[in-house]
Amino acid sequence: MSGNDSHGDSPLQGQSPDASTTEAVKQQAEPVTNGAPFDASKLVTSRNRITKDIRFRQMCIVTASASVLILVFLLGSLLVSGLPALSWTLLTGYPEPEPENAGLWPALMGTLWVCTMCALITLPLGIGTAILLEEFTPRNKLARNVLSLIQLNITNLAGVPSVVYGIIGLTAFVSMFSLFDDADSTDGPSMEMGAVYFDQFSNVASDPFLNTGDADARERYFLIPVDSRGAPVTVPKTGMLAYENGEAGFATVEILAIDPFTDEVSADADIMSRTIDNTSTPGRISEKQWYYLRLPFGRGVVAGALTLMLVILPVIIISTQEALRAVPATLRAGALGLGATPWQVVWNVTLPSAIPGIMTGAILAMSRAIGETAPILIIAGIVYIRSAPQHLMDDCTVMPLQIYNWIQRPQDEFHEIAAGGIVILLAILLTFNAVAILIRHRMQNKLR
Amino acid sequence: MMVLLFGGVSPLAEAQNSGLLGNVAIDGSSTVYPISEAAASGFQKQYPQVKVSVGISGTGGGFKRFTVGDTDISDASRPIKDSEFKAARESGINFFELPVAYDGLTLVARKSNTWLNELTIEEIKTIFLAGSAAKKWSDVRKGWPDEEIRIFAPGTDSGTFDYFKEVVVGKTGASLRSDMSTSEDDNVLVTGVSGTPNSVGFFGVAYYDENKDKLKSVAIVNPKTGDAVSPTPETIESGTYAPFSRPLFIYVNSESFKRPEVRKFIGYYLQNAPKMASSAGYVALPASIYKEAMMRCRKDKTGTHYLTPELEKRTGPVTEIYQESNLVN
Repeated sequence: MSGNDSHGDSPLQGQSPDASTTEAVKQQAEPVTNGAPFDASKLVTSRNRITKDIRFRQMCIVTASASVLILVFLLGSLLVSGLPALSWTLLTGYPEPEPENAGLWPALMGTLWVCTMCALITLPLGIGTAILLEEFTPRNKLARNVLSLIQLNITNLAGVPSVVYGIIGLTAFVSMFSLFDDADSTDGPSMEMGAVYFDQFSNVASDPFLNTGDADARERYFLIPVDSRGAPVTVPKTGMLAYENGEAGFATVEILAIDPFTDEVSADADIMSRTIDNTSTPGRISEKQWYYLRLPFGRGVVAGALTLMLVILPVIIISTQEALRAVPATLRAGALGLGATPWQVVWNVTLPSAIPGIMTGAILAMSRAIGETAPILIIAGIVYIRSAPQHLMDDCTVMPLQIYNWIQRPQDEFHEIAAGGIVILLAILLTFNAVAILIRHRMQNKLR
Repeated sequence: MMVLLFGGVSPLAEAQNSGLLGNVAIDGSSTVYPISEAAASGFQKQYPQVKVSVGISGTGGGFKRFTVGDTDISDASRPIKDSEFKAARESGINFFELPVAYDGLTLVARKSNTWLNELTIEEIKTIFLAGSAAKKWSDVRKGWPDEEIRIFAPGTDSGTFDYFKEVVVGKTGASLRSDMSTSEDDNVLVTGVSGTPNSVGFFGVAYYDENKDKLKSVAIVNPKTGDAVSPTPETIESGTYAPFSRPLFIYVNSESFKRPEVRKFIGYYLQNAPKMASSAGYVALPASIYKEAMMRCRKDKTGTHYLTPELEKRTGPVTEIYQESNLVN
């Protein structure tokens, strides 16, 4: 139903000025004039009343079209500056230092990972909380107090600036209140699963800080598996077998260990390429599986998603509560009257009819999450990364952060691709919303 | 399924040609960021399986993480402070201090400003010091208009602000005036100065270079020679643009430096620093400095050059300070 239709039915419009003078004005005027005869000058007042109404309607139209105009202007200027910058490179490239080659693929993947994780965590949690607050009335005073305390907190949290959530997220999720060892420190996290550790050696030829004289030997790197992150450092010995990460996958190689300053250096390029400085310390590296988990979470996808959860949880809870409240009480009463349990009422009656409203809330919340920069800057802090996240604890950056970084740069070309980035961000946001609207539409049709 | 969906490699990924694996974590100054980004990007074209990440937490924020061992490399637009040095010492972290480029801190005015062409250090102090801050331009120099001074400055958390403050305030412990319009985004400062009559602002020379059509640089009277000098690559490198030409650094955790991927990366960084610095809008250091920096790494000489053994600040041109004899560990 559109706004204009409802105006047609309104009693104000249906009345002619003449009709209103006779009844309404007389009644109002009587107590004031204390029973004085009908005064024609009161007609003016009546006209005022009607003009006021017209003025009010005009004002509404002006404000409504102003907001639409501003939106059109914003979108227009955004598209004008952003569309020419759109390119395949921008979508699939890495953040290169040359603006014409720069792209936001890693940031795009980061945004998708973080926001999907955030939605998967927040929606069940938020909807669950709202159901508890709305559908299950507490039976004793203590429970009532607890629930009203929760309610009070949620309403207050909705207004907290997101930077504050960033700092909370840093303490609560990244370092987990320092209950565990620091995840990023050299000692590693307290608990982890899904990682294999290697000691990586470079051959003598590949060390930029060693003068070996032999430039013909090619660079090679050797991996020796170790038991754990904290295992003692491998000491290289001649004859040791090591893995080599080559083009055809991992191969086994026999290595030589010499002191490049005192021992004789072999002239054979193949032997030389398998030679390691016996005083060199290897680098401990890890191969992580997609299910890699660690405690504390450290900086990464999960910490970012949980922090965004803090930002949008109040929005989801409050909008879900509103949606549940809008479900007619008669529906619940009817279901209960038929002998349904409270669980059955919630699952089969209340929730399905509240889904459209819940989806609206989810759209608003996810729109906020996807554009949020400040908390992610604190949690991830990374703007250059060349890979999409590979596991839930992986480092990542998000699109708003990448765009912010580009806008900050001195070169105008970066500002242009930043505008292109905003268009892509907007497109993703609209896709997210379209899915939610689709679900809402389906549910509405089902209910009819 | 998520892995299939999101873990896809970009279609532009290049073929691998080296088996080197590992991670290099960089964080710190957003001023140094463009150089580190160029290094990371160039390095990863050679070693696609090494994951380099660069953050922009600011010089101070970067050191906070670096001095507890969270990151391998810290970008800094000023030398390490005594408090940060102590923090590193406490957590047993040794580092290489490697200068990578010069930045000329540039004072700018609106293009249409006809009278603000040069400033002496004394005049800069009159404009910026908290106590003696001049309200009007006529208080700074006779003959300048009787108009209010409007100032645009980088955020107080940035290394650029710290460096400017150090030069202007010196060791007196005074502070800069608080009624400046500040922003973390230097482009906002560019817009501010170019749109406000009788205004002055300061930021790195890269932002001035990109906005020469809107801004003009204010020449600084060299306190030693008395000549007014504008920031150009030549004057910044020769040190005649004093005292506002400053070196930019990277700090490398010496424990991380033992890892092959970090060694390789630092090697690449130092070899390509002159080229990367100038394409990022900065000025390359003299070749001798890069050589010295290479030697620090090769000979395992850790520590800072910018603090005395009593942890007092050392100031002066990088060519004088960056000597092995000045190392304090």
